[in-house]
Amino acid sequence: MNNLIEGKTGDWELVIGIEVHAQIISNSKLFSGSSTSFGSDHNTQVSFVDAGMPGMLPVINSVCVEQAIKTGLGLNAKINNFSIFDRKNYFYPDLPQGYQISQFEQPIVGNGMITIDLENGDSKNVGIERLHLEQDAGKSLHDQHPSYSFVDLNRSGVALMEIVSMPDMRSPEEAQAYVKKLRNIMKYLQTCDGNMEEGSLRADINVSVRKPGDDLGTRCEIKNVNSIKFIGQAIVYEAKRQIDMIEKGNQVEQQTRLFDPKKGQTRSMRSKEESHDYRYFPDPDLLPLTFTDDFVDEIKKTLPELPDIRRKRFIDTYGLSSYDSNILVSEKETADYFEEAVKNSNPKLVCNWVIGELFSVLNKMNKSIENCPIKAKDLGELINLIDNETITGRIAKDVFEIMLDTGDDPISIVESNNMRQVNDLSEIEAIIDKIIESNPDQVKTLSEKPNLIGWFVGQAMKETAGKANPKTVNEILNKKLLNKG
Amino acid sequence: MKNLTELCLYEAREGLLNKDFTSKELVLDHIDKMESSRSLNAFITETPEIAIKSAEKSDLKLIKEENGELEGIPLGVKDMFCTKGVLTTASSKMLSNFIPPYESTVTENLWSEGAILLGKLNNDEFAMGSSNETSFYGPVINPWKSNNDQINLVPGGSSGGSSASVAANIGLGALGTDTGGSIRQPASFTGTVGLKPTYGRCSRWGIIAFASSLDQAGPITRNVRDNSILLKSMCSHDTKDTTSSSKEIPNFENAIGRSIKGLKVGIPNEFFLDGMSNEIIEIWDKGKDWLKNSGAEIIDISLPNTKYALPCYYIIAPAEASSNLARYDGVRFGHSVKSSDINEMYKATRSEGFGDEVKRRIMIGTYVLSSGYYDAYYLKAQKVRSLITEDYSKVFKDVDVILTPSTPSSAFGLDEKSNDPISMYLNDIFTVPVNLAGLPAISVPATLDSNGLPLGLQLIGRPFEEETIYSFAKIIEDSANFKNIEKQWWLK
Amino acid sequence: MSLDKDNVIKIANLSKISFKDDEIEKILVDLNQIIDWVDQLAEVNTDKISPTFSSFENDKGMKKREDIVSDGDYREDITINAPNSEEGFFLVPKVID
Repeated sequence: MNNLIEGKTGDWELVIGIEVHAQIISNSKLFSGSSTSFGSDHNTQVSFVDAGMPGMLPVINSVCVEQAIKTGLGLNAKINNFSIFDRKNYFYPDLPQGYQISQFEQPIVGNGMITIDLENGDSKNVGIERLHLEQDAGKSLHDQHPSYSFVDLNRSGVALMEIVSMPDMRSPEEAQAYVKKLRNIMKYLQTCDGNMEEGSLRADINVSVRKPGDDLGTRCEIKNVNSIKFIGQAIVYEAKRQIDMIEKGNQVEQQTRLFDPKKGQTRSMRSKEESHDYRYFPDPDLLPLTFTDDFVDEIKKTLPELPDIRRKRFIDTYGLSSYDSNILVSEKETADYFEEAVKNSNPKLVCNWVIGELFSVLNKMNKSIENCPIKAKDLGELINLIDNETITGRIAKDVFEIMLDTGDDPISIVESNNMRQVNDLSEIEAIIDKIIESNPDQVKTLSEKPNLIGWFVGQAMKETAGKANPKTVNEILNKKLLNKG
Repeated sequence: MKNLTELCLYEAREGLLNKDFTSKELVLDHIDKMESSRSLNAFITETPEIAIKSAEKSDLKLIKEENGELEGIPLGVKDMFCTKGVLTTASSKMLSNFIPPYESTVTENLWSEGAILLGKLNNDEFAMGSSNETSFYGPVINPWKSNNDQINLVPGGSSGGSSASVAANIGLGALGTDTGGSIRQPASFTGTVGLKPTYGRCSRWGIIAFASSLDQAGPITRNVRDNSILLKSMCSHDTKDTTSSSKEIPNFENAIGRSIKGLKVGIPNEFFLDGMSNEIIEIWDKGKDWLKNSGAEIIDISLPNTKYALPCYYIIAPAEASSNLARYDGVRFGHSVKSSDINEMYKATRSEGFGDEVKRRIMIGTYVLSSGYYDAYYLKAQKVRSLITEDYSKVFKDVDVILTPSTPSSAFGLDEKSNDPISMYLNDIFTVPVNLAGLPAISVPATLDSNGLPLGLQLIGRPFEEETIYSFAKIIEDSANFKNIEKQWWLK
Repeated sequence: MSLDKDNVIKIANLSKISFKDDEIEKILVDLNQIIDWVDQLAEVNTDKISPTFSSFENDKGMKKREDIVSDGDYREDITINAPNSEEGFFLVPKVID
């Protein structure tokens, strides 16, 4: 696929690398026992350690270590049984110790690789450079006072996994697909909830441009992009900005930038302009982190089924197409919903209804599948009712609407609304006879235009309020009017 | 009646148990002494109300026989230990208004055993110094004076207040911290016993950090037995400090009086410095004889990388300090200078809050960690550290303890060295290698020099073998028969 | 390796310490003296030697703790020593991003 961007001086290739910061799902912080829950009153989830008070010391959270290993396994990456925590030294009000405990040259996870799924059905491998553990910083509010920023340290010390990709992406779509896949894997593994609005997943996007075949251009980093949509927009803007700049004869300056969603533009971050010397050195309060191969193997055994494996299973077990399977597994919640619905029902039909009707309706209602008004089990039942011809396809759509409104199960809806399909041959025949009798002109025209039989089918359905078995109607009509069958 | 401050710790312990006097009586005498000794400037914060209240509680416990191991015993605490609700300054302007809402593990251990806080002791600012002259609260005066001169002498540092107070009989012991010799060197200058335990014996939680891989808390006392008693209560395994050892804590006092027959003493030839004073050579020899006479074998050993220990230390310690002191930024506690720009606020706060020596070390530390210099300095120093540690591991296969002088001289005059950083750093020449290798070591007063000033001998042991050190230290103490200060000239 | 005034200014900036003009001369002299003195480490052969970053007994690696909420929730103690705080927040001069 040609991802090249057309410029005034020729085609340009976009090179994108992404650093994702993912907050680890854990009860307490990486190096302190404070709570990590979202939305608490400011500075209430702060211990003396988090506040960098004199004499305080870090102690690592064992679950955070396991979560990092789990994620590394999900990224098909090398797990490093020996890793070191380093101090990254700089001054900032949301960094109480005056350093961040991070990992520099010896991270807990090394090279890996994930496969991303593109809209046209293609897939592409994106390399993972590394994953390391580090502390999150606190938050500053700049809009509370004209001359002061207000600092809240609740988030200070929460465990983060920083996942660095290789610069393998070549388009905004690939970048978005990468972040989506990464998020999905971590949600499957329950190592990160992937909630970008709440900030549990943030992406720093590194963008550079070059003429195809040239060396890498100077890159700019767009920090803390917090939605998939914005990732796309930011890259598009930044690529154009850099291309325009170079084509005008200027050089791209290496900068740290922020994306402004209101303007749809990136701008340079003033505070990060001076280059930092972080003076990394191993944290003397912490020995190296070590664990055995057995420890890693035990964790491997507890891993849930990952999206790629699940997709393959959907294809093999349920006979779904690769395309459809892909859609179902792209969000763990969707795949879970599907598997619940499909327990005693026709998988292909369930799949079509989920991807078709359900998605469309959820979209309109602006709801996610986790908040779907129709229980998965009930959707399955509805499909069964169609499959075993208890109701017609058209009636099913009505039942579906009622299920959306009331949350009731399909069987009680069908019963209380008398929506059962009419299968009685004599009943249908009687109705059809009546239609034939009342419409002699149409019968005559039928001999010239056999397709008009559709009109008769329509009439029969109308007479039965859509409940007549359409197959039966068709058979009888054909027999009576066209001498077929 | 004899003033109760004349009793040492174990005598007071016995006296309290025998009900010869109450803790309140004991503490009142010490408070009195503390108040009359203000010219020494050993204390930054006196806590007489806390002391008296605690003494009353201790007296009740003693009556009920529910007493802890240090019940009713008044102690001074170096102002590097965070004491809840009590001003803790690190002897710096930066923390001159800091009241910790938490208690350090080591001091908590002591209060749980019934010990009593007499006051917070002066030290070199942020524990950086060897003379207690860098303190924001002014220098501490050594209670020892030369026979031939009336000038004020330094008590050593950084635990100058701790060593001076013990030498002046204020408190039955004091807590110090030792990063490069800050317990042992002042102990030598003041004729007191100071021990730095193995790295990891005492928890560092709640101790204001200077150099994390080197800092250790330790006791300063009037004699060896007192020291062993105090150490036991200080030690604990602390899950809040991952560098805190879970090794069993023996009753160190049991080692007092143990025989050293057949044990081997190493004499490192690299500790013989060019131009070393004869007096020091003499006392070192005497020390060898004392130990030989008690049945130990004296063996010459080599610690080849000794001369690199000081420069190695003066790269590593400042580097760690530069990072540990970054939290002092005027935002959450401590000194703060108002400004409309955050960077200006940082700079003004830190420039005003820190003294010259601290700034010097932060600058060195920042430099040796900076891009382009990390490999040549910090990484190099940590490799040299490995070599030094290896030197000691090797010799400890052949000897059980190492005997050296504690300091290259006796106490010097105030202002004598304060303008020459390196000359000041050389004070730590015998003590610094011990911190780099994480070993336990003690300084025991051995003699008075020709000026009548104390000189100490240092014993270095294997990791976690403080008991062996105490056994040897007792022999030296008994042999030296060192007498404390005769005339308490500073009393008002 | 000898330091010059620019080095000192850069290091001072990283350390967030400011020196007056007359102070810079003194600190420059002190730092150069100390650096010259520690430079002697260069004579030590440390090929194939691994660095020691901690002298703590290293047999079991880093000690860990359980993932339970055991700390925090004492905002007053956290902010009580703050030079400038309001309604439980720490106040700093406005930082513009």
